[in-house]
Amino acid sequence: MSSEVRFITKNFGKYNPDSIDSYISIGGFSALKKAVKMDGEDIASVIAAAKVKGRGGAAYDMGRKWSQARAVKGEHKLVICNADEGETCTFKDRELIKNDPFNLIEGMIIGAYTVQARDGYIYMREEYRHLRPRLLSAIKQAEEKGFLGDNILGVKGFNFRLHLYSGAGAYVCGEGTALIRSIEGKAGRPRMKPPFIKVSGAFALPTCINNVESFSIVPHLLLDDSNVYTNCGNGESIGTKLVSVGGNVRKPGVYEVPFGTTVREIIFGLAEGIPGGRRLRLVQFGGASGKVSDERILDTPYTYDDLKAAGVDVGTGSLLVIDDRTSVIDFLRYTQAFFSHESCGQCTPCREGNLHMKLLLDKLAAGEAHPCDIEKMKKIANIMTLTSLCGLGEAAQNALLSAMKIFPEVFAVGGAH
Amino acid sequence: MEMVHLKINNIPVEAPKGTKIIEAAKLIGIDIPHLCYHPDQRVKARCRLCSVQVAGKKKLLASCSTEVWEGMEVFTDTQVVRDAQVGILQLIMADHGGNCLTCSRNGTCELQALCTRFNVLDPHLPNVNKKRQAVNTNPSIVRDPSKCIKCGRCIRACKDVQGIEAITFANRSDKIIVTTPFDIPMEKTDCTLCGQCSLVCPTGAIVEKDDTQLVLDALQDPEKHVVVQIAPSVRVSIGDAFGLEPGAIVTGQMVTALKMLGFDKVFDTNFGADLTIMEEGAEFIHRVQNGGVLPMMTSCSPGWINFIEKHYPELLPHLSSAKSPMSMFGAIAKTYYPKITGVPVDKIFTVSVMPCTAKKFEASRPEMGRDGRQDVDAVLTSRELIKLIKYVGLNLKNLPESDFDSPLGTSTGAAAIFGKTGGVMEAALRTVYEKLTGNDLPELEYKPVSLDKPASYPQLNQVRPNVREASFELGGRTFRIAVVHTLLAARLMMEKVKNGTANYDFIEIMACPGGCIGGGGQPIGTTNAKRDERIKALEKIDKDLPLHKSHENPDIQKLYKDYLGEPLGEMAHKLLHTHYRKVCLMYEFH
Repeated sequence: MSSEVRFITKNFGKYNPDSIDSYISIGGFSALKKAVKMDGEDIASVIAAAKVKGRGGAAYDMGRKWSQARAVKGEHKLVICNADEGETCTFKDRELIKNDPFNLIEGMIIGAYTVQARDGYIYMREEYRHLRPRLLSAIKQAEEKGFLGDNILGVKGFNFRLHLYSGAGAYVCGEGTALIRSIEGKAGRPRMKPPFIKVSGAFALPTCINNVESFSIVPHLLLDDSNVYTNCGNGESIGTKLVSVGGNVRKPGVYEVPFGTTVREIIFGLAEGIPGGRRLRLVQFGGASGKVSDERILDTPYTYDDLKAAGVDVGTGSLLVIDDRTSVIDFLRYTQAFFSHESCGQCTPCREGNLHMKLLLDKLAAGEAHPCDIEKMKKIANIMTLTSLCGLGEAAQNALLSAMKIFPEVFAVGGAH
Repeated sequence: MEMVHLKINNIPVEAPKGTKIIEAAKLIGIDIPHLCYHPDQRVKARCRLCSVQVAGKKKLLASCSTEVWEGMEVFTDTQVVRDAQVGILQLIMADHGGNCLTCSRNGTCELQALCTRFNVLDPHLPNVNKKRQAVNTNPSIVRDPSKCIKCGRCIRACKDVQGIEAITFANRSDKIIVTTPFDIPMEKTDCTLCGQCSLVCPTGAIVEKDDTQLVLDALQDPEKHVVVQIAPSVRVSIGDAFGLEPGAIVTGQMVTALKMLGFDKVFDTNFGADLTIMEEGAEFIHRVQNGGVLPMMTSCSPGWINFIEKHYPELLPHLSSAKSPMSMFGAIAKTYYPKITGVPVDKIFTVSVMPCTAKKFEASRPEMGRDGRQDVDAVLTSRELIKLIKYVGLNLKNLPESDFDSPLGTSTGAAAIFGKTGGVMEAALRTVYEKLTGNDLPELEYKPVSLDKPASYPQLNQVRPNVREASFELGGRTFRIAVVHTLLAARLMMEKVKNGTANYDFIEIMACPGGCIGGGGQPIGTTNAKRDERIKALEKIDKDLPLHKSHENPDIQKLYKDYLGEPLGEMAHKLLHTHYRKVCLMYEFH
């Protein structure tokens, strides 16, 4: 029943992640060597052909993103690796940095070559501070070996330097514009778009931001002559995906699965199911901003399209499993409190809306809600989705709105106003 | 100019490329509701109240930040948009700690006006306001965080117009507040009390310290002889509060209103302005002839004085020691005036009406008084004057004109233009030039000067160039002068002075955009467009007056002859000049 594969994670445990020589000994940087003999547009095409979608949560076509970033004119361009990984129950990027830091760096160098960037930043969440020494050492070793610096691999004019930047812990800094402001040394609050990041990102330079997993796929994909990756999955969901499974399961962890594996196989196979004979209450997909479902989702294949049809999204690739000890309302209260805490506070709907949603859920939990309170929740959620400045306010009520569909009985309160 | 064609509510609109939806809607007379948007400020897109529907877009788009595109179809008045507008207003109201009836912005509050417009009813949401206490620690500005809607206009005014950054956002989510570094009192920060923040606040979260009751009480006190002086710019800025055109000249009506309010004498700060020119002009000649510190810098703008005392104390010797017109007038009102009228000085209560919040602080300076008395007992902003006039049920529109009282009510055109950027320079040079050559000052040709501006500051749609320079020949010497307004421009100029590249003899500096007509105490709703109208009005007053040079003012001549002696003389020095000091900021730990 277990169907784990090793493609993105194939180097895990194969080399000493603190030694570049060890990485080179297993073939490290051969993808980069191949890449610098290619045209950047062709690299983007390889990614586009494999239909790789951004693994941070928004699932934007990665080949297209690189191609667009390449087309932006600019003397000085940047690539940024978003390692903020702030969505709840998401920890796949941590495993990639911990077990395979050089592959990430190689992926970023290939990204820089493709989009013609001169500087790169890894924006890593503050909670991963224990991984800083490893990444800093990896960057230093890559500089010493000439994989970072000027005229990389003898390619004249291919100059690229990599910098590590730690956030200060705000969830919203995973949002691109907030992340960029944070790197600039400003308070991490999102800004309106346009200008779009690809045109005017960090320090007003053209910037291409990708997730850790997205960059990590690239070296493997370039060397995938036998199409291991593209033979996995189907339709729009090609290849493999790292999923973070957490919550009430026997074996929480990061698993690499081919697209198409069922949710049941992930939760009850790989993660070995719910302990103590308890029943599944709900699963939240893709982090705190993700939607929820119940056991009706279990036989759905884990693909972008199938999950969407079933009312949820891949998002960051996390599955938070909640058993019957936690009520739907308590789960939603927790989620709403999280957003009320993490809203940056700039725009009215998100700042005020999250707080009132939290208060209304408290009222519902206390059994004091009237039907009009449920209407208020829907109304506020709608305003937040329609008018918020950034994705946080837009997605904060995903869990609530999806729960209203899946668990209508929870919101069926009686009484007049 | 490339034009873009779009439709707003099915009405075809043509707008220049780059126009925002909210501006394009104005072209066909639609006022899209907004709170953080301000026509003179850069886009913030925070309040989201201006969200509109655009065909093909799933989300609503903020009309303040979205540029129009060819073929765009905008809908500003659909059910979805209305629900969002009312819903956002209800969310704001549920976090509003103010009580309209006791708020100083009752009637001029933009949030109140929008709630009226959209008939916002009780949202039945709990009030979640944190009820933070109002901060009232200085004579100029009161901050009431409980009324703040976090629109960020004040922060933009402080940073983009003045380059000060005394206030910014702290914390996040529903705990976000506008505050000072480390939450210390405003006056202990880089703040200059210029009040530009209070001018743009849509609600009552930042307001002038209200002194109207102090003045009303003094007017009712039979023991007090209450004298009022009015700054040059106020007569062209308060008309629109009474339904007149922006820039309407209401000098005579205003004097009538003040007399009806019960002031014993209605005098003119313009008299003080003529006096300032006598002293400042003489000081400039003295510095030039005796190798004094040049460039000399003007000293009438109290926001600017606070700025240089805090930020460039090493340049204080450049400042003219002449007091501002208000403080000169105050000194004369408490010395010469009792002498010529026989009114005992202890009975005299002096009120000044100023376009300025920093003037309240200036009046409270210990050096602006003598024998334990302050020269100016109360300072009202233009906004407070409007309130006083309305308090007694008057409307300037319906009042006849009256003249200022004599002798401290006579003034020249030179004084009138004190209220606009470049006016003090012009007035001073008219006198200096004639004193030295016997001829009229030739018309000066100003050229805008661009100073290096930090890249993070946008080029603002300012009412006039922030820095201008001109030169003229006098006695075989070329004099170079510069005129500066806004503190951001002042800072850039001070850097030039410090590094020796400001090759000027005389620099006029006004803290506020456009000079006093754009002051932080001016009526709510002051915009750059209105500032421009006010400047034109002051130029008209100058033109229409019979005298254009301060030293030709007969009452000024009499004052020197009977009382002061000579400009820069002993008596003048005692009453009309002051000194400055370095001000340490609280968070500079020496």
